[in-house]
Amino acid sequence: MKIGALAETFDGENRVAMTPESATQLIKLGHACLIQSGAGKRAGFSDALYQAAGVTVLPSATALVEASDVLVKVRPPELAEVNALKSGQTLISFFWPAQNAELLEAAKARGATVVAMDMVPRISRAQKMDALSSMANIAGYRAVIEAGNNFGRFFTGQVTAAGKVPPAKVLIVGAGVAGLAAIGTSTALGAVTLAFDVRPEVAEQIESMGAEFVYLDFAEQQTDGAATGGYAAPSSPEFREAQLKKFRELAPQVDIVITTALIPGRPAPKLWLADMVAMMKPGSVIVDLAAERGGNCDLTVPDKKIVSENGVTVVGYTDFPSRMAAQASTLYSNNIRHMLADLTPAKDGVINHNMEDDVIRGATVAHAGAITYPPPPPKIAAIAAQKPKEKTRELTIEERRAKETAEFKAQTRNQLALLGIGGGLILLAGLYAPASFMSHFIVFVLACYVGFQVIWNVSHSLHTPLMAVTNAISSIIILGALMQIGSGNWLVVGLAALSVFMAGINIFGGFMVTRRMLAMFQKS
Amino acid sequence: MAYGFTTAAYVVAAVLFIQSLGGLSGQESAKRAVWYGIVGMALAVAATLYGPGAGYWYISLAMIAAGGAIGWFVAQKVQMTEMPQLVAAMHSLVGLAAVFIGFNTHIEMTRIAGMDEAAKAALDGFAAVVAHKTGVELAILRVETFLGVFIGAVTFTGSIIAFGKLAGKVDGKAKKLPGGHLLNAGAAALSLILLIVYLQTGSSLALIGMTLAAFFIGYHLIMGIGGADMPVVVSMLNSYSGWAAAAIGFSLSNDLLIVVGALVGSSGAILSYIMCKAMNRSFISVILGGFGGTTGPAMEIAGEQIAIDAEGVAAALNEADSVVIVPGYGMAVAQAQGSVSELTRKLRAAGKEVRFAIHPVAGRLPGHMNVLLAEAKVPYDIVLEMDEINEDFPSTDVVIIIGSNDIVNPAAQEDPNSPIAGMPVLEVWKAKQVFVSKRGQGTGYSGIENPLFYKDNTRMFYGDAKKSLDQLLPMID
Repeated sequence: MKIGALAETFDGENRVAMTPESATQLIKLGHACLIQSGAGKRAGFSDALYQAAGVTVLPSATALVEASDVLVKVRPPELAEVNALKSGQTLISFFWPAQNAELLEAAKARGATVVAMDMVPRISRAQKMDALSSMANIAGYRAVIEAGNNFGRFFTGQVTAAGKVPPAKVLIVGAGVAGLAAIGTSTALGAVTLAFDVRPEVAEQIESMGAEFVYLDFAEQQTDGAATGGYAAPSSPEFREAQLKKFRELAPQVDIVITTALIPGRPAPKLWLADMVAMMKPGSVIVDLAAERGGNCDLTVPDKKIVSENGVTVVGYTDFPSRMAAQASTLYSNNIRHMLADLTPAKDGVINHNMEDDVIRGATVAHAGAITYPPPPPKIAAIAAQKPKEKTRELTIEERRAKETAEFKAQTRNQLALLGIGGGLILLAGLYAPASFMSHFIVFVLACYVGFQVIWNVSHSLHTPLMAVTNAISSIIILGALMQIGSGNWLVVGLAALSVFMAGINIFGGFMVTRRMLAMFQKS
Repeated sequence: MAYGFTTAAYVVAAVLFIQSLGGLSGQESAKRAVWYGIVGMALAVAATLYGPGAGYWYISLAMIAAGGAIGWFVAQKVQMTEMPQLVAAMHSLVGLAAVFIGFNTHIEMTRIAGMDEAAKAALDGFAAVVAHKTGVELAILRVETFLGVFIGAVTFTGSIIAFGKLAGKVDGKAKKLPGGHLLNAGAAALSLILLIVYLQTGSSLALIGMTLAAFFIGYHLIMGIGGADMPVVVSMLNSYSGWAAAAIGFSLSNDLLIVVGALVGSSGAILSYIMCKAMNRSFISVILGGFGGTTGPAMEIAGEQIAIDAEGVAAALNEADSVVIVPGYGMAVAQAQGSVSELTRKLRAAGKEVRFAIHPVAGRLPGHMNVLLAEAKVPYDIVLEMDEINEDFPSTDVVIIIGSNDIVNPAAQEDPNSPIAGMPVLEVWKAKQVFVSKRGQGTGYSGIENPLFYKDNTRMFYGDAKKSLDQLLPMID
């Protein structure tokens, strides 16, 4: 199949859907690659680089559409582009089918297949083609960089000869992919990072990235992200109030706020209100990653950077990934490449649009003259539902005390019984056995007792040396042979000599091998 | 004077032996402790040679020198993977020595019984001690001798079979003669009858008959126990060799023998107890061989075993921050400990946290894995016990299982019908990713399926452990 990458027509869009590297991989899948001349220029990929990778460069979009079976691009197509599609042609790009019903109708009318990269279901297998995540990752990183660009101080705290510099305090609202990327960048730059999310289960992820999770003192069960495919859901008014109260508390302290809160299919929730901006220190920066959907901050103006009355910069850019076009193009083209790899399972350059496949079905919004949006729910749940935590009942003090007393009593009973039986048996033996036996018997019992006490303390890792050394010292039996060897007839002498010989092997062998083993144990 | 000196030397030796065992509580103190044992032994032997009752000291010294040379040679040459066999072989020597010494006592008793008073008075050494015994004391001496020979004989043949199984010279599978444990019980009953006969008559035949019966018990008992239960068997034989020494000590009225025998006996008993607990089985069930019956159908296992190649494992390792390695007997069989150590060194050099998780019954000898890893120069402070590391698995990125199976079987916790239900296991499946290095598909010693191999986060890395690891090594950066 021929795969053609269109140049982006949207003003200021620098990304491209195919890089020379992704083209090499596509060619390995048996496809032929085409690209519109100049498509990769703004992302830093010249036509010559594409040609060197074996990509055919075509002069115009018309020629490309004419020559290609599959078209790839980044931004959703314009109506004219959709209307130029041929029947049976496949378009892979961001599409936002919910917002672009008109485009969808047009695609259906043209009989083209549309694979929307924003509709890839969030399951583990599809992570490699999750373009939303890869773009969000870039946005999160870039948000911190933009904030730093507009912030007049260091991120990291320093003690210099010229004076002490406190670290910047960064608050990140929403710990999705973008939020987590922002947390990572911010902590890496050395800022004190706080993060908030309505989904309590991400607290662990936030903390693992080195940020502090802002806990809300709120009794109601917070939303579990698993029910909504890993995305946040709208919260109750009470919860929202508690949340805003917490933000008002934090507003005077933080230097940089990065908001990333989005709820699928709704305008962005307003979380950073005008009064909070007014409470912030002059020179602070707010970066609103939700600007495209109206913004989380009251003051956000999409695609603009403004400065509030009290000197707080509010960045409302919507094109963060495009601002890092080389990186974004590399990741996006890899997402596209993985999508195409799934579409060509046999790696023979023939596209098999398998509508039974969860991922392909989910991402396809128009196919064979029909609109296939919205897709049925995927067969595999996106994220396993959180198991309700088992609660161990706290014992009251009385109960605990009663339990302890009962245990103590049981122990006492056991010990008394053992001592009683043991003592009784020994007394019984004492009644019949002669004194000479009893004196040895005392030694025996005490030695057993000492042995038990000592051996319990032996480290588990030294059990093999323990066996070897007990082996060596059990050859103490040599004493018996030594005592007998001088007494009696030749048979006794012979047997005793043999015993001494065997015990000798054991003594030397046992101790030597123990020493050898112990010498091997070395500390790092 | 001489008697007092010998006793004093014995007291010092006994204290040194206790110190020597107590010192094994830590790796560093253990290096000193072994010297306590050596000095104690030297002192005890020297005191006995110098003390009353010893004769032919030149023969003794020659024998010690000859035996010592062999022991020294073997100890220098033995491979650490062969430790279980060596320990078993050495137990058999103690057992046989106990039998010989017991027979000597019997021979002396018979000889002295035939003497008149004048001849008795002229005796010296061990014979004199025997000669001065009263009737009851003689009866007790007979019981002691009999017990010493019995335990020694069981230890002797048992250890030889254990040695054969561990060295692979005897088939490791559990085997029983027709009649099974009834034969053992019969032999034990026969021994009891012979004890009564011996007490009444003091006949040599009874003693010899019992010895043969005990030889049979040792042989048949250990033949009936499978390979993976060897840690229990070896520690049990260790215990027996101690009790044999103690019984001989009673018969010779030698307190040092009694003390040391009791120390060794209790040490082995505790080891057996720890091993049994680690398998959640009673000592009796291990000795009787085989696993207990199931109480219901085994849980259905869903999924499939997914194989992975060295590149995949290497990629995961390069990305991981924390790695836990779980070695088992398979590592010893494949002699892979050197490669494991090299892997550990490389991963640690890359700044990753690498630790080892050792199950108490991993290997064929208590603490076997620790010794193998120590030999391969893995530092002992990253080698952890089950209880120390089990809580850390959920925060571990990668777990590599090398040649172990039952000790990482989640069925022990999840399936109440499993034969190993309730056995404490390493909870490796809680880690983010698990790689299992294994020769092929198949079950472990217990013969039950391991659901771990079918889990979503488990990948099977088939092949000989050493070859697999060597293949992996160049890919780690």
